[in-house]
Amino acid sequence: MAAVREVPPDNDVHDEVLAATQRRRAQKVQIAAFFLFVALVPLAVHNRYYLHILIVVGLNLILATGLNLLMGYAGQVSLGHAAFYGIGAYVSGILTATYGCNPWAALLAALAVTSLVAWLVGKPTLRLRGHYLAMATLGVGIIVVVVIRQTTGLTGGAAGLTEIPSMTLFGRELQSNMDMHYFYFVWAWVCLLTVLFANLVESRPGRALRALHDSELAAQTLGVDTAAFKVRALVISAAYASIAGTLYAHSSMRFLSPTPFGFHTSIALLVMVVLGGQGTLWGPALGAVTITAIQEALRPYADYDIVVYGLLLVVMMIVMPGGLSRALGALYGRLRERVARHRAGDVAR
Amino acid sequence: MTLAEQIWQFFLSGLTTGGTYALIALGFSLVYNATGVINFAQGEFVMLGGMITAASMTAWGLPLWSAALIGIAGTTLVGIALDRAAIRPARGASIVVLIIITVGASIFIRGVAGIIWGPDERVVPAFSGEAPIGIFGANITPQSLWVLGATLVTAIAMWLTFEYTVIGKAMRACAINPQAARLCGIELSRMISWSLALAAAIGAIAGIVLAPITMTQYNVGTMLGLKGFCAAMLGGLGNGLGAIAGGLLLGVLEALGAGLISSQYKDAIAFVVLIAVLLVRPSGILGGRRGGEE
Amino acid sequence: MSEVLLDVDGLCKDFGGLEAVKNVSFQVRHGQIKALIGPNGAGKTTIFNLITGVLPADAGSAVLGDTQLLGLPTHRIAALGVGRTFQTSLLFDQMTVLENVMVGHHLRGRSTMLTAALRIFGAGAEEREYREAAMQALDRAGLAHLAGRSAAGLPIGQRRLVEVARALAAEPRLLLMDEPAAGLNMRETEHVGEIIHSIRDGGVTVLLVEHDMSLVMNISGEILVLDGGQRLAEGRPDEVRNDERVLAAYLGEDID
Ligand SMILES: Nc1ncnc2c1ncn2[C@@H]1O[C@H](COP(=O)(O)OP(=O)(O)OP(=O)(O)O)[C@@H](O)[C@H]1O
Ligand SMILES: [Mg+2]
Repeated sequence: MAAVREVPPDNDVHDEVLAATQRRRAQKVQIAAFFLFVALVPLAVHNRYYLHILIVVGLNLILATGLNLLMGYAGQVSLGHAAFYGIGAYVSGILTATYGCNPWAALLAALAVTSLVAWLVGKPTLRLRGHYLAMATLGVGIIVVVVIRQTTGLTGGAAGLTEIPSMTLFGRELQSNMDMHYFYFVWAWVCLLTVLFANLVESRPGRALRALHDSELAAQTLGVDTAAFKVRALVISAAYASIAGTLYAHSSMRFLSPTPFGFHTSIALLVMVVLGGQGTLWGPALGAVTITAIQEALRPYADYDIVVYGLLLVVMMIVMPGGLSRALGALYGRLRERVARHRAGDVAR
Repeated sequence: MTLAEQIWQFFLSGLTTGGTYALIALGFSLVYNATGVINFAQGEFVMLGGMITAASMTAWGLPLWSAALIGIAGTTLVGIALDRAAIRPARGASIVVLIIITVGASIFIRGVAGIIWGPDERVVPAFSGEAPIGIFGANITPQSLWVLGATLVTAIAMWLTFEYTVIGKAMRACAINPQAARLCGIELSRMISWSLALAAAIGAIAGIVLAPITMTQYNVGTMLGLKGFCAAMLGGLGNGLGAIAGGLLLGVLEALGAGLISSQYKDAIAFVVLIAVLLVRPSGILGGRRGGEE
Repeated sequence: MSEVLLDVDGLCKDFGGLEAVKNVSFQVRHGQIKALIGPNGAGKTTIFNLITGVLPADAGSAVLGDTQLLGLPTHRIAALGVGRTFQTSLLFDQMTVLENVMVGHHLRGRSTMLTAALRIFGAGAEEREYREAAMQALDRAGLAHLAGRSAAGLPIGQRRLVEVARALAAEPRLLLMDEPAAGLNMRETEHVGEIIHSIRDGGVTVLLVEHDMSLVMNISGEILVLDGGQRLAEGRPDEVRNDERVLAAYLGEDID
């Protein structure tokens, strides 16, 4: 990406430390700009439908970011991530609606349950080499939905779980029919979880994940307990999904049914990460926005929507196997080069 | 009925569904061996086989056997098209990207099928009547025998292909060592085409023999595909004999579980088995070429 | 003589009928540079794989200080102070050179996923400290100008140096180096020799596998010769050089 500069050896140390600090600073600026942008959105968007969609985008962004940690950094695939989303949503929903639990306590309980499930799935399968986690999560994803459907007494089954109370903040209810408040609440979570993610990947454990993704053997000889780190990445990624699930449960519908937590959502999440560009900070966010937008845009064209969606998936993956963010990065690089050449041409003339 | 008789009855009906799982699993293994990819469109081949056959019979009034041939041929063409239009252009992409492409293709195929044939269930008449046949106190329909017969014949045909034909040997060589195979002048992309065409044909056969038992619909492919994949894992992904054994075993386990424990959780049984296999013996009961702890 | 750091005894490894390592015993002393040489396929890399827990041994023992290494997982062995570089250098290609070396600090770091994400309990300070330390390590190795470069694009000579810097960042007691000079030209090979000397002078014991005989003869205090998985000879360079069995095993190759 960046052009390699030839610099005299003496200045190098300082240059490189400087470059690293600059990179981190640039990232902080990006994140801050992102926050600001989000904060201003409701000023421009008054339509409740759009605000609702932006909330959905936020939830997908949290889900995709979590899955990105697992796929883009630890190099493991989950084909059942929607199950963790569903567990988070249903534990929150059941605890608050049926047992009158405080939503924040329910959030923590959901986190604990989801993490435990993730740990139980990951511990035995991540010991093995190969994509066994993908297969195990595929199974878990379907089992969870079947269980939600069949334990009618607890979950409401296919008819759904209703009358989930609103989220509270400092003792005040976040009235879910005033979407603006909930919009800010959800996006505050998005921002928080993005910052945590950015911190994590630029740190000892984050590097350990990237290292084992590249070469497990080399990582191990440097003391990285690769199996343990993969399990931790899975647990954190499931925890992100659980938080998104809790937020979903308390959103404007205040209603849960098994449908959004099935195989198709798992695949949509996978697509967001890969299409956006796994292993990059902003790629999955871009993927989440793109896929949510496509899904919403196609919604009115019932019957034809999945045809177009399927086709788009195939075409986009063929054209940009490295993901949108890398494709855009390359495009930007080429443009800059062209502009630079153009200028050089001007000077020469 | 005594418990033993019940179990015998469940066993027989389990073998029937198991036969279709076996065929679907065979399709997974074929494509996996040629490409290393889990082809999520495999289930759609099953749907297409049944739907094209049913539609040709109602639309053109064709007799069953010619409608079935059209079903197999049409699905095979879709398999080849899938390779040409989606897999080949993405050559060199990572496995995950290729898998997503097959997922996208399966969504696309399902969508088109929904538009063409609508959401209604379709019926294919039983091949040779409905009169049940008694076997040691249990009843089984003639169609079940067709399913098992088709499984057996397909398995033997596959074995003959791989053992005695040039193309079959070439495909085996590719599966064992793609680089060495290329050095011997075997063209990998042609082998991938062949494996997808074969997988589609086998999937279509499964869809056609199954349709009279369960009816068929544009969206049956997903679940059948996923269960076929469980069967392939159970037998050891990439292992042909394992696919057959895994399919039959999975069908029987599912029937026994649904009959004796709870029919509500029927759809979860295959996946519980999948997870159990991963925990206990990840290379499958017959051992996969690439499976296991390294 | 100084005390024994690594004591290998009766090591065996069989690859489905191929006996790659047959009953090999040797010792490495503190502060030593010891070389392991032998023709291709003699079992040198396999011995490294056994000592570092990458492959399970069939029999024998390998004791570091007073800890049995065999049977432990690779990352535990690394934590006990055994570092390693590979015959074909294994860098983390998706990372920069600086980040590669920073992974070398993994064992000394304390931050967990939680503290790192929240930047609490000194996780932020640790990150800066190791970035600084890695930078200095690169500077000492004369690689500072590469810090921001992606590891994937480096030429082989620099890859090897980065790999050594990374292994040293973990502060090992014993460093196993598998053919550090393979693929390097004469000047680079000499440089590697100097680096190995300075590693030893820094207090790290070195066990070296190398085909370049002039390098081996120059820098090692003791040489173990393997052939067909078996110990052929052992001794000081001048002893080994004149050993008839060694000459026979290397027939056609120039030892001097
Ligand atoms: N994982 C393995 N599986 C099977 N055989 C192996 C394995 N690793 C090594 N071998 C075999 O064991 C023998 C010793 O190999 P090893 O790599 O230890 O040799 P070496 O002394 O390092 O050779 P070189 O100088 O070529 O690196 C060789 O015949 C090799 O083919
Ligand atoms: Mg070697």
